[in-house]
Amino acid sequence: LTAGGGGNDVQWCFSQVKGAIDDDVAEADIISTVEFNHSGELLATGDKGGRVVIFQQETENKSQPQCRSEYNVYSTFQSHEPEFDYLKSLEIEEKINKIRWLPQKNAAQFLLSTNDKTIKLWKISERDKRPEGYNLKEEDGRYRDAATITTLRVPVFRPMDLMVEASPRRVFANAHTYHINSISVNSDNETYLSADDLRINLWHLEITDRSFNIVDIKPANMEELTEVITAAEFHPHQCNTFVYSSSKGTIRLCDMRASALCDKHSKLFEEPEDPSNRSFFSEIISSISDVKFSHNGRYMMTRDYLSVKIWDLNMENRPVETYQVHEYLRSKLCSLYENDCIFDKFECCWNGNDSVVMTGSYNNFFRMLDRTQRRDVTLEASRESCKPRQVLKPRRVCAGGKRKKDEISVDSLDFNKKILHTAWHPQENIIAVATTNNLYIFQEKVN
Amino acid sequence: NIKEIGPGVEPLASKMAGADSDDSLYPIAVLIDELRNEDVQLRLNSIKKLSTIALALGVERTRTELLPFLTDTIYDEDEVLLALAEQLGNFTMLVGGPEYVHCLLPPLESLATVEETVVRDKAVESLRKISHEHSPVDLEVHFEPLVKRLASGDWFTSRTSACGLFSVCYPRVSSTVKAEIRQHFRTLCSDDTPMVRRAAASKLGEFAKVLELEYVKSDIISLFTALASDEQDSVRLLAVEAGVSIATLLPQEDLEALVMPTLRQAAEDKSWRVRYMVADKFSDLQKAVGPEITKNDLVPAFQNLLKDCEAEVRAAAANKVKEFCENLPEDSRETIIMTHILPCVKELVSDTNQHVKSALASVIMGLSTILGKDNTIEHLLPLFLAQLKDECPEVRLNIISNLDCVNEVIGIRQLSQSLLPAIVELAEDAKWRVRLAIIEYMPLLAGQLGVEFFDEKLNSLCMAWLVDHVYAIREAATCNLMKLVEKFGAEWAQNTIVPKVLGMANDPNYLHRMTTLFCINALSEVCGQEITTKHMLPVVFKMSNDQVANVRFNVAKSLQKIGPVLDSNCLQTEVKPVLEKLASDQDMDVKYFAQEAISVLSLA
Repeated sequence: LTAGGGGNDVQWCFSQVKGAIDDDVAEADIISTVEFNHSGELLATGDKGGRVVIFQQETENKSQPQCRSEYNVYSTFQSHEPEFDYLKSLEIEEKINKIRWLPQKNAAQFLLSTNDKTIKLWKISERDKRPEGYNLKEEDGRYRDAATITTLRVPVFRPMDLMVEASPRRVFANAHTYHINSISVNSDNETYLSADDLRINLWHLEITDRSFNIVDIKPANMEELTEVITAAEFHPHQCNTFVYSSSKGTIRLCDMRASALCDKHSKLFEEPEDPSNRSFFSEIISSISDVKFSHNGRYMMTRDYLSVKIWDLNMENRPVETYQVHEYLRSKLCSLYENDCIFDKFECCWNGNDSVVMTGSYNNFFRMLDRTQRRDVTLEASRESCKPRQVLKPRRVCAGGKRKKDEISVDSLDFNKKILHTAWHPQENIIAVATTNNLYIFQEKVN
Repeated sequence: NIKEIGPGVEPLASKMAGADSDDSLYPIAVLIDELRNEDVQLRLNSIKKLSTIALALGVERTRTELLPFLTDTIYDEDEVLLALAEQLGNFTMLVGGPEYVHCLLPPLESLATVEETVVRDKAVESLRKISHEHSPVDLEVHFEPLVKRLASGDWFTSRTSACGLFSVCYPRVSSTVKAEIRQHFRTLCSDDTPMVRRAAASKLGEFAKVLELEYVKSDIISLFTALASDEQDSVRLLAVEAGVSIATLLPQEDLEALVMPTLRQAAEDKSWRVRYMVADKFSDLQKAVGPEITKNDLVPAFQNLLKDCEAEVRAAAANKVKEFCENLPEDSRETIIMTHILPCVKELVSDTNQHVKSALASVIMGLSTILGKDNTIEHLLPLFLAQLKDECPEVRLNIISNLDCVNEVIGIRQLSQSLLPAIVELAEDAKWRVRLAIIEYMPLLAGQLGVEFFDEKLNSLCMAWLVDHVYAIREAATCNLMKLVEKFGAEWAQNTIVPKVLGMANDPNYLHRMTTLFCINALSEVCGQEITTKHMLPVVFKMSNDQVANVRFNVAKSLQKIGPVLDSNCLQTEVKPVLEKLASDQDMDVKYFAQEAISVLSLA
């Protein structure tokens, strides 16, 4: 198997867990987004407290080749603060909704982070030298007698312990009336989009005082509102193409070459509804919570409440593949509606060569769906399997009938433990899985 | 103490020969220390005085100590780095003259790799500047290797910077090095990252200018063709501008084969942004390709752009209508306009997009000088009139603001019938910014329409603005009155506007009473001493008893303002007592401004 292949013959083993172990979870510590950078060397998480934590992969340890490099904290910073919009009398949460890394442009690293309203561009840079030597004071701050100064002295840079700094470079504010759900950097590396419930804006990365509205689905009369934008992403290579998904389960692909305002989509991806499955909840569960292009740009994957669908960009009328994530919940929709879980927004991700996709579920379960072998497996991120290099055992949920040994009954699933955010290293079989306030890192077992 | 400081430090006395006191050291020492102060403003301040520091250190220490320190200072804030990059461009003499100018390369090289575009651009600008101060030998020994290093750097920031440096060293190096530079440029044109290809595309025209014609034909054309069909829209659109520059370099007979196919393709690009760029650069393009290609190729291309499906493109093309028509070859200009351009223009007048219409409105009047009186009356006038009635105020404003062009050709009377309702409507527009814009055109209109027409139709509007409920409008209206008086003279003022302005002094609304004072401030100088003393001053005095303090202190301010217009007798006998009374007013502000007026007018 090639690197990043990650078929189900991959044995996943525990590598690390980050975050507090105790059962009391502070609201601010809940992880709200996870994202690897383009080389996979850095892994960023954002949380409800507005913080961003960046982990760096340690360089490989030659003496212990079986012990693959671990991720350690590289930088932590407060990206967003809670705010209050006095005009609208609205509180603006500091929760980080999305993080997107920019392709590396120089020795420093850059990422975009956003809460509901404001997007920020952060620079994360290293410093290993500091200037020394003053004329008027000693290094410790004591002032010298000015009369004793007989020569001028120019400061000199001397090596010091490595320091990592995060500094805000740009703040892109005041462009969204509704809550931002997605940001996505264009392949031209100079623009990015930000999407809220009803509009998508296009920004230049260096210009903060204006953005261009490229999609606006707000009806003249808000009472006629029937659908909202749930996610949006640029094509990985074609600078003019982006898609956005809606609460009605459709995906629209727009071509920015055609016109400045992309109100008319060039493709509409939609699967006809199966009448036999029609129910009160049909519309809610068909809402798309995430859309991601494959690395090669040929496919896109969408996640709705119960399934993952893979679409070929050249075929609009149905997905080429459909995977059930937790079909056993179909009979539980009523109680999931009552406890609001039905509105959970699960994300999904591709592995490095687009052969496997991963998405989360309840009870701290996550699913690996192998496209080539059409096989799938359920794994669990739990503290019980927290021993170094311990292989994760597949889990099974008993959908009804007689429960076999090793199976878990649907009724005993914990719906408070949900895995919404996962990320796959862009080249290797390393995955990051966010449970409520812990970040688990698993990797392929190496023999 | 000196030992601690280390080697390279020489006693200052030897440097500043004859400087007997070390006092002069202190301010420099402060400046140097503040280079690393925590306060950005202080650092910035020190960087801006870098030449002072360098002068005090002398050329040698500047080279051996200051520049190495600055080379490492790339962690600083953008504004500090920007200032530094700029300073270094003027540093040649401070490092010992052209002989040592290459010492400035390391700090500028590190600045040319930072992520902030403004800083990088400034560093490149400074590098270009000091490249001219390199001797031909130094250029090859020091400068050109730097360009190569940047061009093959790991990060795209350094490669983008390199793109801007090729053209300055190319003309001054040997033919072997020239070949290398061309090769480097070629490599960057097909760089993996769109940022570098964009940088290369934007410098392609400039680089082509310094190349020998044979290489323009062999190298540049193929690079241009490749960039113009790049997969990234943002690269293709930059190639358009390069195409224009290249076209100016080539002999006419080569244009058709080498450049035109690519430019034609750009004008029909799938991406509206590329077509927009073609529309935006159309006049330059037209000049570059000459009259024959213009007639055969550009006219149909321009027609298409005017009819483009994307409004942004139509607006950009509409903006160029006048310039394009002006630059058409004289022998066929009128025919081309009448048969090819005007039909498109007519359609744009009723375009669905208001930006397109207002872009057209800002240039359409200019066509009248090109087409002459008869054509203007027959073909253009209906369009002007239609635009004057447009639903969008910006369109109407743009027509009104260009009335002078049409005035020269057919006289404004032709328009006045339709003009007036349009002006009145704008004057009463619900948006105050629109009202403000039309006020600003009043003096111009007054000049063109003449005093009679003005008194009859527009004067009442100008007076109505004085009592607008938005302050900015009232303020603009006072300023407008002043300009009208400059045009029509003091006598006109005395008969038409002064009575109305002074009448407002009795208005029950204190804001309107204050407007009287503001008008007097503006009018006293243009109306002259007699009118001011005889008519305005008594009203001002009367208002000094106003019950509203704001009015009273504005009386004091007005007296200060119009004082210079009055004669000294009047100041002493009439103004002074009033100000003295105000100076003992019970209101603090009234007192303050009265005292200020007394001291400014030297009446104490």
